[in-house]
Amino acid sequence: MTAGAIPRELGVENAERMAVATPQVSLPRKRLSILVVFSYVWIALIVLLAVVAPILPIAAYDQSVGAPRQAPKFGELNTLLGTDQVGRSLLSRVIYGAQVSLVVGAVAGLSGAALGTVLGLLAGYFRKGTDWVITLIADVLLSFPVLVLLLAITAIFSPSIPVLVVGLAIAGTPTFMRLARANTMAWTSREFVRAARNMGASSTRILIREILPNVVPSLAAYMPLVIAALIVAEGSLSFLGLGVPPPTPSWGGLISSGAVDLRTAPYMVFVPATVLFLTVFALNQGGEHLRHRFDRNLQD
Amino acid sequence: MAGSGSAHLRGDAAVLSVENLEVEYHTAGGSFKAVAGVSFDLLPGETLGIVGESGCGKSTTGRAVLRLDPIANGHVRFRDETIETASHQRMRELRRDMQMIFQDPVSSLNPRRLVKDIITEGLAIGGQGAKERAAVVPELLEQVGLPPERFAEMSPRQLSGGQAQRVAIGRALAVRPGLLICDEPVSALDVSVQAQILNLLEDLKSKYDLTIVFIAHDLGVVRSFSDKVLVMYLGKTCEFGDSVEVYERPAHPYTRGLLDSVPSPEVEGGFVGPALQGDLPSPLNPPSGCRFRARCPMSQDKCAVDEPAMREVRPGQYAACHFPLV
Repeated sequence: MTAGAIPRELGVENAERMAVATPQVSLPRKRLSILVVFSYVWIALIVLLAVVAPILPIAAYDQSVGAPRQAPKFGELNTLLGTDQVGRSLLSRVIYGAQVSLVVGAVAGLSGAALGTVLGLLAGYFRKGTDWVITLIADVLLSFPVLVLLLAITAIFSPSIPVLVVGLAIAGTPTFMRLARANTMAWTSREFVRAARNMGASSTRILIREILPNVVPSLAAYMPLVIAALIVAEGSLSFLGLGVPPPTPSWGGLISSGAVDLRTAPYMVFVPATVLFLTVFALNQGGEHLRHRFDRNLQD
Repeated sequence: MAGSGSAHLRGDAAVLSVENLEVEYHTAGGSFKAVAGVSFDLLPGETLGIVGESGCGKSTTGRAVLRLDPIANGHVRFRDETIETASHQRMRELRRDMQMIFQDPVSSLNPRRLVKDIITEGLAIGGQGAKERAAVVPELLEQVGLPPERFAEMSPRQLSGGQAQRVAIGRALAVRPGLLICDEPVSALDVSVQAQILNLLEDLKSKYDLTIVFIAHDLGVVRSFSDKVLVMYLGKTCEFGDSVEVYERPAHPYTRGLLDSVPSPEVEGGFVGPALQGDLPSPLNPPSGCRFRARCPMSQDKCAVDEPAMREVRPGQYAACHFPLV
């Protein structure tokens, strides 16, 4: 309980004395670390560039802008980050690649979170058989190495963005499921759930109105971390040639195609790898910051 | 002492009648009866205090009446309804008429919702629209002594324990229950706040003519609040009677021991009487005969063999003891 200058408890007869303004207590604000600020700026920049890519004065990602294998040089925008083996602008390909990587990461992350949350809520609330089945599914999924699972999926279906999203969503589901289940179990034992049941609330109502709003913040704060992991997974798949089919660029695909010329033109790997690294790093930093801010379980 | 029996029940006039209630818990160490044959009843408008040490099954009894804990054996009757056989659907309706107030006021409010939504939750579940609910918020808050203009938009984390408990009481009373079960409603609060909450409950009790089961370990609180008192020990009943009678002239050695363990107001006194010896025995392996005999100063051979039943020791006062203090 925060301290206030107003007496907290007065009898019913003194009720009107309590009718004063809410005490304003300013919370001590922690200053953001430079890394966190950088992370948010970087994420904002990447998202912005990906969104406005079509109206930027850059060449299309599949269009040749000059001699192949040019090293990065200042002066001209399209060759700012160099060109690839067929003379396409790396800057353009990295920016359009951001579209693919971010969309795949975010859509797969969100779908995985949605599916995982539903399963986790059901398992954590109903326990018993439901819990057993759902936990078993999650354990089976988790005991598969993610990459092997994704390889299997992309091997069965031909690689395309929707297949990739579905595969990554499945890969992300068990993590969220476990998190949601653990949170649900903790919240279900709270007395307000018992009070709601005692008001005649149905299980559906309790799950949606009482438990879900308490579970979502910690899951949402975990989201950037999972998106970061999924972007890396997509990169790994693309690197293995099972990612987004060319000519559509993705960061993993760029690294993969540049790897052939690593000796002679290292920037072709270095540029997309740096962007991928910075983005994943920023997402992790941001996610960690959000988690500390919004995950109530860490605080009370 | 600490036995079963239902000699103290008063028949059909009661609103709530509990007969030989048993609640079983299953643990890794084995199954045990947290409540092992408890009987009590309440007349309309009456307040029954249930007292006993921690772990004696008093909270479990309260929850079992609402079937929030499974009833293993026995009968619970509320008005004309048999609780232990009511269907799931019927139970959901019945619970609205039997509200509960919990020990930890902060944990009993959903931290993600506003006070105005919490206090009208029962009405929302009952199918009332948002407009009707918004209209009754001020009245509901005012009757529990919270100025609506300040508290309606607050979230539970901004409330103190006493304010949170007021919201919980308001929420329970919003559905106009016939029976209110208070499970240690003040034991998590400061002494000064306890008194205010008890006064509030007292006011509301007379205003709405409530029938209340008041569960507490604090003897003083129960004495000031209850008409009747039921003393429990290790899942069994020890004594039942008019609260003044029981406090003035306890018939059961355990009640005597409980009353003696109240700190004495005199500086030199320490406690009012000699302290109870030993700890509560494990309910997994309760003593034979009378469950209290191991700690009882008056224990004799008979107590190890025969379980005492509730019987009238004075008019209106019942004790489950072979050798009551009369």
